[in-house]
Amino acid sequence: MTVPVRVLALWSPDWPVTAAARAAHLTPDRPAAVVVANRVLACSAVARAAGVRRGLRRREAQARCPELVVLDRDADRDARMFEPVVEAVEELAPGVEVIRPGLLALPVQGPAGYFGGELAAAERLVDQVAGCAGVECQAGIAEGLFAAVLAARRGVAVAPGDAPAFLAPLEVEELDREPEVDRSELVGLLRRLGLRSLGAFGALAASDVASRFGADAVLAHRLARGLDPRPPVRRWPPAELAVELELDPPVDRVDAAAFAARTLAQRLHGVLAAHGLSCTRLGVGARTTSGEELHRVWRCAEPLTPSGTADRVRWQLDSWLVRGGRGAVDRLQLVPEETVGAGALQLGLWGDVGEADERAGRALVRVQALLGPEAVATAVLTGGREPAERVRLVPWGDDRDEAASRVPAASGGAAGRASGSPVREPPPPWPGRLPAPSPAVVPPDPLPADLCDAAGDPVHLATPDLLTAAPQTLAVDGGPPRDVHGWAGPWPVAQRWWAPDGVAGSRLQVLRADGAAFLLFARADRWEVAGVYD
Amino acid sequence: MRRLEDRAAGPRPAAEPGADGRVLPVGAPLATLLPGGGLRRGTTVAVAGTVGATSLVLALLAEASAGGAWAGVIGRPDLGLVAAAEAGVALERLALVPYPGADLVAVTAALLDGLDLVVVAGRVLHGSDRARLAARARQRGAVLLPLGPWPGADVELTCEQGRWQGVGAGSGDVGRLRTRRVCVRLRGRGVAPAGRSARLLLPGVAGRLAVDVEGDATAVARPIADREAG
Repeated sequence: MTVPVRVLALWSPDWPVTAAARAAHLTPDRPAAVVVANRVLACSAVARAAGVRRGLRRREAQARCPELVVLDRDADRDARMFEPVVEAVEELAPGVEVIRPGLLALPVQGPAGYFGGELAAAERLVDQVAGCAGVECQAGIAEGLFAAVLAARRGVAVAPGDAPAFLAPLEVEELDREPEVDRSELVGLLRRLGLRSLGAFGALAASDVASRFGADAVLAHRLARGLDPRPPVRRWPPAELAVELELDPPVDRVDAAAFAARTLAQRLHGVLAAHGLSCTRLGVGARTTSGEELHRVWRCAEPLTPSGTADRVRWQLDSWLVRGGRGAVDRLQLVPEETVGAGALQLGLWGDVGEADERAGRALVRVQALLGPEAVATAVLTGGREPAERVRLVPWGDDRDEAASRVPAASGGAAGRASGSPVREPPPPWPGRLPAPSPAVVPPDPLPADLCDAAGDPVHLATPDLLTAAPQTLAVDGGPPRDVHGWAGPWPVAQRWWAPDGVAGSRLQVLRADGAAFLLFARADRWEVAGVYD
Repeated sequence: MRRLEDRAAGPRPAAEPGADGRVLPVGAPLATLLPGGGLRRGTTVAVAGTVGATSLVLALLAEASAGGAWAGVIGRPDLGLVAAAEAGVALERLALVPYPGADLVAVTAALLDGLDLVVVAGRVLHGSDRARLAARARQRGAVLLPLGPWPGADVELTCEQGRWQGVGAGSGDVGRLRTRRVCVRLRGRGVAPAGRSARLLLPGVAGRLAVDVEGDATAVARPIADREAG
C-alpha cells in the first residue's frame, strides 16, 4: 500500500467572492456574497460575521445583512483573477497544480528542503501570495491531496503518518466539499447508517464498501482512510498523447483562443479515447510570439470531459492573454500528465452518439461568430401566464438549466432552486394560464388592435370579465376592419398587483370571419394583439 | 460521345434527392401526404405563407425533433415557442436566429451544414441564393423549409380552409379555441400536377397534429381524390 506524497495545499477562502469583489473594486470591509439561482454560493468573512451563510436565500441573506453587496458568478473571471496567485507561488516553488480557482497544491518536499522546514515553507508561501497578489490564503500540509485540502481549510500541518488520525474525527460531509463532485447522496446514506465520521466510514472493510455502495464510494473510502484516491495501478501516459496546435496567425484575442481551445480539447479526447484513457491532470502549454514558454497544470477531481478540458484551456489562455505583457500565442499544447482507465467516462456505445449534437453546436458557434453571441438562442419554458412570458431565450453556449431555474420575478411564490440539483421538480401550476393550443405567433412587441361593435363604437371592458358590447369588427395594427365570427372570454388576469410593474387586464380570443384567430389583451382600455393563432 | 455522357449523367443527381432512404419522420397524418412518407433529406419543402403556415411548419418539425434531430428557425422573432413545445418540438434542439439581418443567406448556409432541418423566413431571396441554399441542403443532407414563396422547391405545402372549432355559433362551442380543421395541399415533384391534399386537425387537441376523422365533407371543396396518383 503506497503512502501518498506530502502535499501543501494553499486555499483562499471564499474565492468566488474575493474575485468578484476585486473585479467590482469593492473594499474588503464591505460584506459581499455571490448568489446563484437566488441562493448564496459564497460570502465574504464580513458577511459571514453578519450571519450570512452558504445556501441561504438571497432575500434572507439581505435581511440578515442589509448592506450586503450581491455579485454574480463568473467562472472565467474567477480563473483569471487566480492567475496572479499561481504566479506568485510559482516564483518560489515548482510543480504547482491548480485544483480549481481558489485552491492550489504542490509537493511539499522541494520547498521544505529549500526553506528549511515545512512550516517555514508554508509561511513563506502565504506571505508571498499576500505580498505579490494581495490575496489572503491558508496553508495546510498532509499526506495526499484530500487530507491536505482539509488541513488547509483548518490551517494546520499534519505530522507525517498522522493523516488517518487527522481525518478520523472529521464529519463525513467533508467528502462532499468539492463543487465538481456530487457525493451528497453517499453522505446522506452514510449519515443515516450512523457513520458520522470519516474514521467510522474508513473502518469498514474495503470489499464491503465496494459491494454495497458502488465505485465512487470506493474512492471516497480510500480518501477517508487517508490513502491515494486511486488505486496504485496508475498509468503514466506515454508522451505521444500530447496534442499540439500551431496557431497561424498568432492568437491574441480571447474568443479566438476559445475556439482554438475547443478544437484542441476535441483532438486530445480523440487520442485519449483511442487509448482507452481519460485525463485527471492536464498540462496546458503555450508559446508566445516572443518565444516564451508558458505551462500550467490543472488537476481535477473527476476525469475531464471534452467541454471541461476546453473550459480549463480557455480559462488559462484567457488569463495569459488578458493579463497582457505576454504577447500573442502561436503554439498551444495539451499534455495529459496523469491518466486513468476511461471506465466511467465511456463514450457512447457506437462512438457517434452526440456527434450530431457536436456538429450542430459547431454550426451555431459559426453563426454566433457571424452575428454575435446573443443572436443564436434556444428557448426554455419557465413559469408564467402569457405566451410571451413563459419563454426565456438562452444564448447558445449558456447554461439552459440555470436559466430554467431562474424563475421570473412575477412568480411570487415559486421557489428558485439551486441550480445543478439532480432531480428537477415539476414546474409549479399557474392558475389562470390559457390551456393549449397556444398562439403559434407571438409578436415581440404587442400590436395595437381596434375592436368595434356593430355600431362602429370601440368595445371596452365594463368589468374585467364583461365586454361593453358584442364585438363586430377587428382591425389589427392599423389594417382594415374585418368581421368577427366568434369570440371567447374575456378572462381577467391580475399579476403582481402589489408592484408598480404589475399587470392587470383581460384576455380575449377573437375569431375572424376570414379564419384568422387572435389572442387579444386589454390593458387600460386599449386592445393589443398578444398572439396570433396562425 | 462526351455530350452523350453529359446527357446521361446530367439529370440523375437532381432527379432523386434523398433516394438513399434517409427520410426524417413526420407525424402520421402528414406522412401519408408527403412523398417518401416523411421529409427526405436533401430536399427543399416550401410552406406557403397562408394562414396556418406557422403551425404547419411546427408540425413538420415536431416528430424529427423529438427523435433527436436538430432544427433551426431563421428570421422569425415572433415564433410562438410555447406552441412549438405543445406541437412536440424539443426546444433544447431548436436553434433560433430571430434577426439574421443582411446575413440571412450566410446564416442559412451555416445552419444547413450542421442542423437537420432549417426553417428560413423573413424576406424573399434572389433566384441564385435560393439555388445555392437548395444545393447546400442537398449536399449536406439537410431539409430546407422555406416559409413563404420559394419557386423551385421540391415540394410545396399549402394550408387552406382553416376553420377553428370551439368558438362561435357552432355546436362544438366550448368557450375557447380548441382545434382547427385544415386542408393541407401538396404540390411538387413526383406528385400529380393537381397535387393532393389531406384533412388534418392543426393544431389538434393539446396542440398536437391529428387526423381530422369526423371532418364534414362540405368543409373541403375537393376531397382527397388523387392520393394514389403520386
